Amino acid sequence: MGLELPKNPDMDQDNVVNFTDSEIVSHVKDALTSLLSGDSNSYNQLVGVMHHSKQLAPDEVALLETTLKALAGAVSCIDITLHDSLLSAIFSMSLWNYGPHVADALVELIVSLAISNGKYLDLCLGMLVSNFTPPPYFLDKLKLPRGLERKGQVLSRVHAAFKKIADYVPLAPLRLLTMVQQGMPTVYHKDRAILIYVENMLTLESGEIGELVGSTMLMAVVDRLIELDLEIGWDAILQDDFSKGIFEMELEDLEDIVDSAEPDIGEFRLSRKSLAGNSIAELLDNLLVLTFEHLESCERAGRLAKVFETLLRSFLLTVMTAYKSKFTQFVVFYACSLDPENCGMRFAIMLADLFVQDSHPQSTRMSSVAYLASYLSRAKFLSASFISSMLKRLVDWCLEYCNTHDVDINPNAHRVFYSGCQAIMYVLCFRMKVFMDVPRLKSQLLMPLEQILKHKLNPLKSISNIHSIFPVQSQSSIINSFIRPMFVFWSMVKPTYEDAYDDENDDGSSDDDSIQDFANENEDIMNDVGKSFDEQQLDLDEFDCALKKMSITPKNSFGYKFGGRFQEPTRMPSRIRPSTSPESL
Amino acid sequence: MEGLSVADADLVVYLHPSKSSKVSQAILRELSSSLFKFNETFGGVLLAYDVNILDKQAKILSGVHPYFGVRLKANLLLFSPKSDMLLEGKVVKLSQESIHVIILGFSSAIITAENIRREFKYKTKDNEELFASRSHKRHVIKVGTMIRFLVKSFDEEILHIIGSLMPACTGSIRWLDRNSEEISEFDRSATKSTDREWQEDKTVDEGATPLSYNNHIQKFKKRRISED
Repeated sequence: MGLELPKNPDMDQDNVVNFTDSEIVSHVKDALTSLLSGDSNSYNQLVGVMHHSKQLAPDEVALLETTLKALAGAVSCIDITLHDSLLSAIFSMSLWNYGPHVADALVELIVSLAISNGKYLDLCLGMLVSNFTPPPYFLDKLKLPRGLERKGQVLSRVHAAFKKIADYVPLAPLRLLTMVQQGMPTVYHKDRAILIYVENMLTLESGEIGELVGSTMLMAVVDRLIELDLEIGWDAILQDDFSKGIFEMELEDLEDIVDSAEPDIGEFRLSRKSLAGNSIAELLDNLLVLTFEHLESCERAGRLAKVFETLLRSFLLTVMTAYKSKFTQFVVFYACSLDPENCGMRFAIMLADLFVQDSHPQSTRMSSVAYLASYLSRAKFLSASFISSMLKRLVDWCLEYCNTHDVDINPNAHRVFYSGCQAIMYVLCFRMKVFMDVPRLKSQLLMPLEQILKHKLNPLKSISNIHSIFPVQSQSSIINSFIRPMFVFWSMVKPTYEDAYDDENDDGSSDDDSIQDFANENEDIMNDVGKSFDEQQLDLDEFDCALKKMSITPKNSFGYKFGGRFQEPTRMPSRIRPSTSPESL
Repeated sequence: MEGLSVADADLVVYLHPSKSSKVSQAILRELSSSLFKFNETFGGVLLAYDVNILDKQAKILSGVHPYFGVRLKANLLLFSPKSDMLLEGKVVKLSQESIHVIILGFSSAIITAENIRREFKYKTKDNEELFASRSHKRHVIKVGTMIRFLVKSFDEEILHIIGSLMPACTGSIRWLDRNSEEISEFDRSATKSTDREWQEDKTVDEGATPLSYNNHIQKFKKRRISED
């Protein structure tokens, strides 16, 4: 036996001796206080028991458990400076190494320490947070049944401990918040500890102290997703042969997430071909899956509306302002798809509200309408009437703008207007079939739209930006994945128009003409771009030339004619602003 | 309860230029961020505030970011516990080793066994843990009881208090208030004497004669003599 117990003449190593809990506690107290008087024997034995933690025999396990329980009762005698060796031994123990009984005792000790003195609170919370992730040797075993069992056992105790501490120290969650945020492993950790850490953060969000810490946890997770998201942009740029396999990606999976009524997240996998097995992509992939699963569980628990508010806030703060965020927006899109009536519509309305308000900065408004266009065109779960009402809002705003600005084209001065027009066009192209089916919508939307397009401000000229987004997109093969659906759609658009045109032969109205021309021109643009992609070898050396070839200077290959109205070569906007265009979508 | 105070303060809140279109909101946010934290300037924990903007004109600070300072008149509710103050809180956890208390719903306190006077004995009754007074049967402290205790020390960062139940004027508030006149003899000069409670609670544990109990008997006897 490690602990010195009172000399009992009847005591024998083989006999079972029953000491009461209070007796054991008082012995431990004696051991602790004896250090003051210089007698460190019993104290050292205590510390020894704490350190002896691997490959324990059953009686050693029992001893450890008893000692921990006794210490829990003796916390008032523990001095932070005097007993620092004992404390450091306790705080370095990992719950993952022990079975349920010892884990219970250890957690009890930690909770007792935390609530006994303010000095220990941070240390105890820190110890619990460090138990979010298993020791390195355990990480591989996480997928095995035994590993999963241990994981459930440890994490349930950790989160229960947080609740207990919060019950007795009401301000503990506040301290916990900062601790969890600061303790987040970076994305560059080889051991992928961040995955299980984020899982814990999401558990906190939906857990018993979720009211207090939930929104911060969620926003921190989204921040991490953005970080990875932007990281991928860089990695793809530095790839040598990303041009190969660009169009062999499993794009359908990406679309499925957003479009289908019941998306199957199991299929959501970023293709590794185009990213050359990029581990960051894999990590982002896994984190997104975690987030999606969490959103699903929120929806099942009826909490999605509240969680959505946090997501929206996070979206406004981080996703929308992030330059070229590609995937994180899907977190919001996915939440919308889980609850189309509330969240789905709320998101679109919020974006539209942002766009029309003068008080917001230009870049916010342009970004907002671009995301709106992306959302409206992809979200199959939104009703046609809702989409048309959103579109009508945009059209009305653009028309109003035209009526109050009787000036010529000037891409710099009217950036918000042009981005609005671009968004309208974008959505129309994707959803034209819908509108063709409803003649009333056609007149409501298309007539004012014609006015806009024919206005002095000449939005169509600026919308030619659309083709300029492709070279920027070529910087990332992931972004290119969004071109492909556009290819599909663009080729579908023309036949639709043709049908409509044939049906309404008598009409022969001018608006049909102009839109027909527009579709033609843009289709040419798309096709030409497609050709140039296949033809060119885009590697790092030629990247710059490729960019120049495809982008700013208009060339004959783009067939820039606008129905033959403009003879002179069109002037491109002086700056390509990718964030304003649907490329980020 | 001691430790709570209301203070009038003249404050200047410095706001970032981006907040110039929503000043009131920004001021409230700024002040709200200091709630439930110990503030050196105020000398206590800010619990609540009421503000009035004094002047529509604000001075702009020169610098990289031209923050502007808005002058306010504020009414602040502060919590500043100091040693030897008496505080009141609710017992949330009780064991032989300690009593855990929460004050005003946000501050936590612990009273360890060595700071609980000998008058109280730890008992388990019907699976419930409690501390019962040896001299007064009705004086019981258990989970949920509101108690009055003495502050020994206050950790400003965690807002955690180390408390003590040594003085006789500490314990279950309900019992103390009912028997307040009796207790008041100990630390304040008494105006009246009450025999009634005393005669009811005659039971005394054998061998347990806390110091305060002895004092109580002596003082009572003294007064009776003087009255007679």
